[in-house]
Amino acid sequence: MALDMSQFLQTFYEESAEGLETMETGLLNLDVGRADSEEINTIFRAAHSIKGGSATFGLQAVADFTHHMETLLDELRDGRRAVSQEVVTLLLESVDALRELLSASQSNQPVDAERINATGQKMQALLGVEAAASEITQSVNSMTGGIHGWSIQFNPHRDIFMSGNDPMRIIAELNDLAEMEISLNADELPLLGDLNPEESYLSWDITLHGDLTRDALMEVFAWVEGECDLTITEIVDTATERETAAEAPAEMVRSEPVVENVSRVEMKREEKRGSGDGGSIRVAIEKVDAVINLVGELVITQSMLSTLGENFESGQIQSLRDGLAQLERNTRELQEDVMRMRMLPISFVFNRFPRLVHDLSAKLGKSVELRMTGESTEVDKTVTEKLSDPLVHLIRNSMDHGIEQSANERRKAGKSETGVVELNAYHKGGNIVIEVRDDGRGLNAEKIRQKAIEKGLIEAERKLSDEECYELIMLPGFSTAETLSDVSGRGVGMDVVRKNIQSLGGSVEVTSEPGLGSCFTVRLPLTLAILDGQTVRVGRQNYIVPLVSIVESIQLRGELFNQVAGKGETFNLRDQYIPVIRLHDIFNEPQADDSEFGGLLMVVESEGNKVALMVDELLAQQQVVIKSMEANYERVCGISGATILGDGTVALILDINGIIQMHRGRFNSCAA
Amino acid sequence: MATILAVDDSASMRQMVSHTLKSAGYDVIDAADGLQGLNKAKTSQVNLVITDVNMPQMDGITLVKELRALPQYRFTPILLLTTEAGADKKAEGKAAGATGWLVKPFNPEQMLATIKKVIR
Repeated sequence: MALDMSQFLQTFYEESAEGLETMETGLLNLDVGRADSEEINTIFRAAHSIKGGSATFGLQAVADFTHHMETLLDELRDGRRAVSQEVVTLLLESVDALRELLSASQSNQPVDAERINATGQKMQALLGVEAAASEITQSVNSMTGGIHGWSIQFNPHRDIFMSGNDPMRIIAELNDLAEMEISLNADELPLLGDLNPEESYLSWDITLHGDLTRDALMEVFAWVEGECDLTITEIVDTATERETAAEAPAEMVRSEPVVENVSRVEMKREEKRGSGDGGSIRVAIEKVDAVINLVGELVITQSMLSTLGENFESGQIQSLRDGLAQLERNTRELQEDVMRMRMLPISFVFNRFPRLVHDLSAKLGKSVELRMTGESTEVDKTVTEKLSDPLVHLIRNSMDHGIEQSANERRKAGKSETGVVELNAYHKGGNIVIEVRDDGRGLNAEKIRQKAIEKGLIEAERKLSDEECYELIMLPGFSTAETLSDVSGRGVGMDVVRKNIQSLGGSVEVTSEPGLGSCFTVRLPLTLAILDGQTVRVGRQNYIVPLVSIVESIQLRGELFNQVAGKGETFNLRDQYIPVIRLHDIFNEPQADDSEFGGLLMVVESEGNKVALMVDELLAQQQVVIKSMEANYERVCGISGATILGDGTVALILDINGIIQMHRGRFNSCAA
Repeated sequence: MATILAVDDSASMRQMVSHTLKSAGYDVIDAADGLQGLNKAKTSQVNLVITDVNMPQMDGITLVKELRALPQYRFTPILLLTTEAGADKKAEGKAAGATGWLVKPFNPEQMLATIKKVIR
């Protein structure tokens, strides 16, 4: 019977990832010099679980690695080894190595064997001789030539049943091993009146014939070793004159390196299984229960409505309305709850940051404290996955560029020597807001401006407010650090951050007070699957404009547009000239003749660019479920997706940024 | 067919043990820690308990002691599923009243063969 265990691998990877987080958090919480046995135990347990699972799945390298971590943790727990910075650092390194080994095996990628082996060797060196000694593998006694059999006296203790063991099971097992002669000794058996049925009174003399190792024999008795008197004697072939079994078999000592060859990580799984990551989500039971509960209510509403429909009379119109209202409520709640299932606390992202700050502080030689608030704020799972890298970059940036180079500099500025980086998450409106705030020296607007001019990003004579200067750091190819450090910034920093956040439908803002610090504010939509939209009519079609990008809408009252040669039309909005885009032209819709006087201008903003969209009519504001264009058709310029409206028709969702790009390069092809 | 209680805090291990046992036709009840296991054992009588040793809430050794204190589990086989190669854990388990042990990593066929002997 072959049992396929690989179906449980995904669960194992997920719980290992959690285990590694637990270990990491635990290690960071450990105070050097003081062994908190509860904390160490938690770490130990996590390592232990990973070891058990990995060995079962045949991930030998992972199992070996965790085994040695366990040994080390065990020593810490028992106080046989002091909790030194060296040990903690090594254990943290090991956590990294494990993470790499596991993710390599999950994604079927090769590992950085050199680094992992180096960590393994450090671990071995630290554990020293003891480690080698623990690896002793006893050789199997292969010198069975002289043995003809075994004579066994098996005398179970009275209480053997108390452990759930049964002497008959053992005898049956022996019988399976070899040919057996057995004689029962019932001398101890009391008279029936004195007999306690919960005790064992019997003993046996057993002779086994055949070539059996002592180990194989001992294995049968392993569970009852302490619960019986046992004498096992070899029946020796007189010709070889071997001594009794009291003589220990020759031991062959073999020491095995921690990770003798990392390429041993099993990589056999097929590609398609390796790429199946992100396919599952762990949902709290109460969320599932809430949905089940709502579905129950939906069923009740449905049955009520269908009863009503069977014999409908016009007098029941009120009941029908009530029923429909209830249906609407159920549906909305169900939608909300199903969305909630995809939500994860942002601590899933934040959890790795204490470690990041810890490591970076050491690397930069700066003392920095990380303060986090709002870790339980929930965000869509897709968002959490894509948020990690941009946030890592922002934190690195704050620590590297934001916090002052030396404690001295901070003291002079009247600040505490330890710098503070704050990570705050909270809900605001329909958005989740994440702030990365430092109390460092703040951004230098003038220096940024100079740099931007130097790099040819702006014209030298251009006047900019401080805020506009701060925005410059998010342009491609900008880096304020005079020398490139390996911590942050190779000039591919902030623009990538902004691009990543924008791809999630969010925005990044910078504020800064010279001398007091800077704050990067990331705003993200709560979910990527639903959008708050404004439905607009353009000609015969309805379109959806994302509500977040709408600034204001203006009813035209005979104002005229200004024609700018080669650049199309502009509109004077409170002394600011903004380009006008006629959606009719873009979508090839007929335009009413008087539209210039009766039409509507919708001022929208994307990436700091304001444009006015000309539409015929504003319709409802509603939440729409986004359907991908790519998945159902192909990518279309200026369209970010489609949705199905209440009346069953399809409406396209406008991609404001795309439309602005299209307008700019009116006669060029769209740069998709 | 016999009912087996499988206790392990690791979900993957629990799933694997359950899967192995179910594939052999046993009824399986599972629990994520000793305390949960104890409560489930109280509500339905099982014929065999397989438990992990190192668990939060209540560890395997304590579970064995608690179960042995219940009249309906005095003679029920209880196996520790453990990676602890160290003799001390096994001895501790035995002293608490465990029947024996199964080692992780487990081989499904071997595990079933052992179980078959324990609950005939």
